[in-house]
Amino acid sequence: MTLADLTQRAGEWLRGAGPLHDVVISSRVRLARNLAGMPFLARCGEQQQRELEKKLREDIFAANLAKGMFYVDINAACELDRQLLVERHLISRQHAESNHPRGVAVSSSETIAIMVNEEDHLRIQVLRSGMQLADAEDQINRLDDTLEERLDFAFHSRYGYLTACPTNVGTGLRVSVMLHLPALKMTGRIDKVIHAARDMHMAIRGLYGEGTEASGDFFQVSNQTTLGKSEDQIIEEFRSHTVPNIIEYERRARRSLQKRQTAKLDDKVHRALALLRAARTMSSDETLYLLSLVRLGVNIGRVEDVKLETINQLFLLTQPAHLQKTLGHELNDNERDEARAQFIRKRL
Amino acid sequence: MKSKCDNCDRPATVYLTEITDGQKIEKHLCEKCAAAEGITIQANVPISQLLQDFILQSSESGEETLSMSCEICGMRFSEFIEKKLLGCPHDYDAFETALVGLLEREHEGASQHMGKVPHRAGSDQKKQNAMLRLRAQLTGAIAVEDYERAAALRDQIRELQKL
Repeated sequence: MTLADLTQRAGEWLRGAGPLHDVVISSRVRLARNLAGMPFLARCGEQQQRELEKKLREDIFAANLAKGMFYVDINAACELDRQLLVERHLISRQHAESNHPRGVAVSSSETIAIMVNEEDHLRIQVLRSGMQLADAEDQINRLDDTLEERLDFAFHSRYGYLTACPTNVGTGLRVSVMLHLPALKMTGRIDKVIHAARDMHMAIRGLYGEGTEASGDFFQVSNQTTLGKSEDQIIEEFRSHTVPNIIEYERRARRSLQKRQTAKLDDKVHRALALLRAARTMSSDETLYLLSLVRLGVNIGRVEDVKLETINQLFLLTQPAHLQKTLGHELNDNERDEARAQFIRKRL
Repeated sequence: MKSKCDNCDRPATVYLTEITDGQKIEKHLCEKCAAAEGITIQANVPISQLLQDFILQSSESGEETLSMSCEICGMRFSEFIEKKLLGCPHDYDAFETALVGLLEREHEGASQHMGKVPHRAGSDQKKQNAMLRLRAQLTGAIAVEDYERAAALRDQIRELQKL
């Protein structure tokens, strides 16, 4: 299994078949861990960072965490490959853009990704399709236990797992759920959700996490608090409170749109589909906007000849690095927009 | 609302309501006159500035707090405020007095871990700190190309790891 094999398919989390998939695109949990007796990454010299990277890479493989796990040396990877990993949510933007010895270990199904030498020595991630937080928590807990058999993590009786940034200290657990909320956006109620989430100490971000604005119809909701609550408590708040409430609110908005503005909604959805099927050039932003409408149409049963899985895959495969990888060569902006339109026409 | 500054002809952009001994005084000032009265308005204050202000206001010895440093990794607290990243695990103890307030602010008032504890419960704090110290010395030895000392330090680290 290598990076090149990834380009042609979408990860498990984009199958579009997970629970509550009409609203929840994916569930993600991640743990931040650092080795005991070592400075945090930013304070390590380059030699130390190199040794650390080598040691962690070897230990991850020796721990035999998953079938077909492969490792990408990010420092040696070309820009396009790094971008590809960001688009697939396997590494952070920060990890792609830094300039020190670092890497990522990825399982063949892409449900597991372990960043080595990011802000913390290890950032363990489990990504699942739809609403699968309990399963994801189980899995990440087992991964952590297995790694802990070989690695001594920095831990403090009062502050828990110690992290480079105190915003992650304690459990080191960040839970994020990616939501598709087109009806709340369309009816102008999204601001209420954003305010309510912030009141509940949740962060709302865009498609690519930290530093990206919540734009378009996709929102990532994640916990801010990592200290003073158990892992179960943090996950449970999401599972039985935060996410169900937002889902219910979105579904209600969808029903009300269908009831009160049937023709207008139908028109929007089918115009979007027609554009995607006919356009000769298509920017990333426009693609995202139109696909979001079609996804809504599929989910409320107004579009019947397109599969949800196809739409989910298109979200990923039409992004710049994916497009260029699929076509096998680099493209400038204009060429990319043409290639994107052609790619979409073929798939739809 | 008035549109002119109380003190000069410039447009008023700062509206201040002061309540002193139950008496309400309203002032309408331009930015310059406001600054002259010690009121500064900055639209985009960097987070590090806010944190620094928070530290300075939350304890009487704010200045002292900012100049604290970690005996092991050498990180100064003011450096942490600037970069928002700590230098080593020992910083949580070295900066504890100032960090607790920040942690409580970030984590809904909590500063006690309630989650998972590693099965091995980590090596004890003393050993961890000894390790950190040796590693810091090792980095120093390599920097001045004292390879003999570096080799000796590596041996010591290895010995400690075995314990």
